[in-house]
Amino acid sequence: MEAEAAALLGKYIGAGLACLAMAGAGIGVGHVAGNFLAGALRNPAAAKEQTATLFIGMAFAEALGIFGLVVAMLLLFAV
Amino acid sequence: MASNGNGGESFIHPMDQFVVGPIFGGHITPLSVTNSTIWMAISVLAICALTILGTRGRALVPSRVQSIAELLYGFVRQTLHEVAGDEGLKYFPYIFTLFTFILFCNMLGMLPYSFTPTSHIAVTGVMALAVFVSVTVIAFRKHGTHFLMFFWPMEAPGWLRPVLCVIELISYFVRPVSHSVRLGANMLAGHAVLKVFAGLFAMMIAGGLGALAILPLAGMIGLTALEFLVAFIQAYVFMILTCVYLNDALHMH
Repeated sequence: MEAEAAALLGKYIGAGLACLAMAGAGIGVGHVAGNFLAGALRNPAAAKEQTATLFIGMAFAEALGIFGLVVAMLLLFAV
Repeated sequence: MASNGNGGESFIHPMDQFVVGPIFGGHITPLSVTNSTIWMAISVLAICALTILGTRGRALVPSRVQSIAELLYGFVRQTLHEVAGDEGLKYFPYIFTLFTFILFCNMLGMLPYSFTPTSHIAVTGVMALAVFVSVTVIAFRKHGTHFLMFFWPMEAPGWLRPVLCVIELISYFVRPVSHSVRLGANMLAGHAVLKVFAGLFAMMIAGGLGALAILPLAGMIGLTALEFLVAFIQAYVFMILTCVYLNDALHMH
């Protein structure tokens, strides 16, 4: 019984810790958007063609944060 | 299914909305009609209605429906052309199908009491795997075994090449995973957060904190707007990454 409770505790603490991935994803997406804005304000004429690149960069930065969610989900429902 | 056990009288569990179940009762079989398949069928019907009814008139000055259909077509075509070039246009029907299907599934999932098929990794995983397999087949048909040089960067110094080769291989095979999980997890997380806020609102009302309940309600309105944005952006990202992979296959970097 003790071991089961400890496992449950570990599961929930681990799922909570997995949310730290959000911090990294937030920094990453913020970097992408901020640098895009800095570049776009310097040269607004070229900005429109680069929006696709912006979204690709955001998607890559965000994906790693989402892997954190997947880890949390696996801990909560699969382990 | 209704509660997570330790609450007892807890309201609706935020994950309840993702339960797939047969609509007409009975056991679930591979062929049974579930809420997931129903909403996928509704999306397909809506796309067919928009594109077929929209282009039936072929007016020089388009009606509203026709201009929406034309906008959608032109948008996907332009994005594909920008990313993958002239050769990529051959695969336009596939990209258009993927984009419209995901967009409509995401958007129809925002209706109250509806179901979002794209919030399930099973659905997005199949789409991502189909993209992965077809892109790899296209690459091998176009370049033959020369496509294997894609993983062997010639511009790097010699001793670095084996290391980069391993990294390139891993990043190539991780593509379907990140491709599917990005879409699925975004839709899952967004809808779960909406439900959490809704539950908080209901609990505050029931707990007699009527005036404070305005906070989660305001949060929910903002999040709903954000979710509409995410629904579009994730469909767009799925499409544009497919275009990028296609471009890699056709032009090898």
